[in-house]
Amino acid sequence: MSKPSIWTRLPIVHQYRQSVGLQRGMLTAGLVICAVFLLAALLAPIIAPYSYNQLSDGAGDTFTPRQAPSAEHIWGTTIAGYDVFSRVLWGSRTAFLVIVVSVLLSMFLGILLGLVSGYIGGWVDRVLVVIADAVYAFPSLLLAIVSAIIISRGQSDLWGGIFATAISITVVFIPQYFRVIRAETVRIKSEAFVEAAQVMGASTWRVMFRHVFRNATRTLPLVFTLNASEAILTLAGLGFLGFGIEPSAAAEWGYDLNRAIEDVTAGRWWTAVFPGVAIVLVVMGITLVGESLNDLADPRLRTRRRASAATPADAVAATTPAARNEIGETE
Amino acid sequence: MSTVTDHAVEIRDLQVTFATDGGDVRAVKGISLDVAPGEVLAIVGESGSGKTVTARSILGLLPETARLGGAVILNGTDVVGLSRERLRALRGPDAAMIFQEPMTALNPVYPVGWQIAEGLRAHGTVSKQEARARAIEILGKVGIPDPATRVDHYPHQFSGGQKQRIVIAQALALNPSVIIADEPTTALDVTVQAEILDLLRRARTEFGTAIVLITHNMGVVADLADRVAVMYRGDIVETAPVRDLFAAPQHEYTQRLLAAVPRLEVVDRAYTGDPEAAPVVEAAGLEIEYPGRFGRKPFRAVSGVDFTIRPGEVLGLVGESGSGKTTIGRAMAGLAPVTGGSLRVLGTEMNGRREREFRRTRRELGFVFQDPASSFNPMLTLGDAIAEPLIVHGEASSPADARDRVDELLEAVQLPKEFGDRFPHELSGGQRQRASLARALALNPKLLIADEPTSALDVSVQARVLELFQELQERFGFAALFITHDLAVVDLLAHRVVVLHRGEIAEQGPTAQVLGNPRDEYTRRLIASLPVPDPVAQAARREGR
Repeated sequence: MSKPSIWTRLPIVHQYRQSVGLQRGMLTAGLVICAVFLLAALLAPIIAPYSYNQLSDGAGDTFTPRQAPSAEHIWGTTIAGYDVFSRVLWGSRTAFLVIVVSVLLSMFLGILLGLVSGYIGGWVDRVLVVIADAVYAFPSLLLAIVSAIIISRGQSDLWGGIFATAISITVVFIPQYFRVIRAETVRIKSEAFVEAAQVMGASTWRVMFRHVFRNATRTLPLVFTLNASEAILTLAGLGFLGFGIEPSAAAEWGYDLNRAIEDVTAGRWWTAVFPGVAIVLVVMGITLVGESLNDLADPRLRTRRRASAATPADAVAATTPAARNEIGETE
Repeated sequence: MSTVTDHAVEIRDLQVTFATDGGDVRAVKGISLDVAPGEVLAIVGESGSGKTVTARSILGLLPETARLGGAVILNGTDVVGLSRERLRALRGPDAAMIFQEPMTALNPVYPVGWQIAEGLRAHGTVSKQEARARAIEILGKVGIPDPATRVDHYPHQFSGGQKQRIVIAQALALNPSVIIADEPTTALDVTVQAEILDLLRRARTEFGTAIVLITHNMGVVADLADRVAVMYRGDIVETAPVRDLFAAPQHEYTQRLLAAVPRLEVVDRAYTGDPEAAPVVEAAGLEIEYPGRFGRKPFRAVSGVDFTIRPGEVLGLVGESGSGKTTIGRAMAGLAPVTGGSLRVLGTEMNGRREREFRRTRRELGFVFQDPASSFNPMLTLGDAIAEPLIVHGEASSPADARDRVDELLEAVQLPKEFGDRFPHELSGGQRQRASLARALALNPKLLIADEPTSALDVSVQARVLELFQELQERFGFAALFITHDLAVVDLLAHRVVVLHRGEIAEQGPTAQVLGNPRDEYTRRLIASLPVPDPVAQAARREGR
């Protein structure tokens, strides 16, 4: 069998080629939604007709608030007079930044703590596990609100807001990465190759990073995708409750939803539906990718095609890689 | 072809193909076999030869990815392509299965009697009392003492051998015409294995059940089988009555397989080193305890053990599971704590050792692990893995720097140089175990600890690894502790033998003396239980027991 090219070994491409049937359908749907989300975030300044905090057009005419969808404002305007379509597009940018910052931060800290805790064990492990469990026990949104208040006193500009939100999400997520990496570390610690390294006298740090860490990262892409969708929900929740980013600093879906509350009862559906659908779609897209990767990574959950009625030549070709003398076993 | 036959099982042109990530794999390539009622047919072969797949196809127990061709006729019914319902009705009354691991084949949350009765109730209208009475009766027949009480006990209250008896009772309860036994004794100690083989033989004579026995152990084949089918890469290369097969193997592969089986021949390997030299390892009154769980007494794995290993000497450490042999090996490498007595390894006292001080001694110590699958970091190439000890001890600054030495080592263990760039999963078990030897020898150690290095390998591969070990030992002259449960392997390699029994030394001395003229009762039993890979001799031994 020829060596697979680099292209087919890339994480998502590899799994995509592995998938069949419904699983492939789910993965495709998720990937398409995520691609649209990323494109919107990247190209928002080009696609969006107006800026996120623009209240009047170039000629100086102020937008009419609460305007129904029309040619000029295809998704209508909000109660404050913002263009809904532009706000939704710019909002994807904020969401993307928050995901990247929060996941990176929590991943870095969570992995380090998990590795130390799992490998060294003893009282370090016990203390860290208790703290992680305590953080788990708090309602995550409450924790995020408290950290948002501590970090930025509730309200702030774009980057301040993004970091405040990201850090508060980080606090909630660290225990998840911590748990996953710690469990993997404890499992890998008892494998023979780790003992082999200990027997040859390798230092603790060397064993931890060269031997344990590189084998413990297998499940990270899954936790990453699942957390990314949770990060969006937390961000939207914070914005909805008024602890997010100022509307003049950046567009944020949760804040827009909050402002749309009175519109809903007055029959002005467009201010709530579009940001709401954006949240649902992005969360669903990322979750679909995450769940599909999860299923594909587990041979027991992966659906395989049945052996096809191959010609004898195909069957011979398929069985050859198993032959011992091919892989150099000398008789 | 007529489907009405007087065979218990008849397999005609069976083909099994699996869909895998790497394409279709033809596991069984059109084989034909038959089993007469009351006959024991052994299917032997290396791992991956298709023996388990063949046997499982009789019960329709293959995963969804398998595609079957041909016919498997069980009591006049073709099971290939049978519906789930019909298959379920067949399993039990017509064919039953005994699994390799008795520990996992029983459900831990139900009493064993309930589990036997479950099979009875699934196939017929038996009342609860009747099922229970039948369970007690069958438990008595398979040799569980006091079955009327034990029927209500849970699996964890039985020993490994007793659990396998219960699994056999479960299979026999419905009086099947054929039993598939997939490596029924592999997970058991030799003394227990002998008892289970006796039980299976009795099941055949008393119940008239045909047995399809899958095993890689030629001693077990010689002990139990009437006829043998040898499988190689999905084909049957030879089928013959057991005595003919052992006396005159026809196919070239069978000859090679039989030649590779280690036999207990009791040859003396005299120690040629200086008997006055200071020993490499010296244990005096060695005690090793594992701390108990909260409020429980600590578990004593090893107590009062004395032995020495002289420079260049191979000491064989033999014992059954739980005898403490692996613990002693791990203690010598600093992987298990020494809690009492004294253990001096290369001049360092291990009782109360400090890792910082011991680290320098570690360069003179190599370790080969049991499981070749997990003893290499899957993310590193073999070259990097073998270079690790050199880098750790400052002999090389990077894997590239160590490459020349790695090539030399690979050559010493008879692997091609190109293997340095391969990843562990690209190698077979035997190759990995040889690479493991290369890594252990990288720093030219004075002492090598080998913990069951060949027990996970096929016989033919095992023979080559053992040969290599012997050659390297003579060439490099390291002292070695060779831990194993296989007496024939010890016979081949060791200068001296220590027999462990429940954490204490039962007997020790020169190999020829311990194996040829054992003085201890337990050693004698151990040697008597070992099935000899020769049906005629084994029958004679059985009579004499």
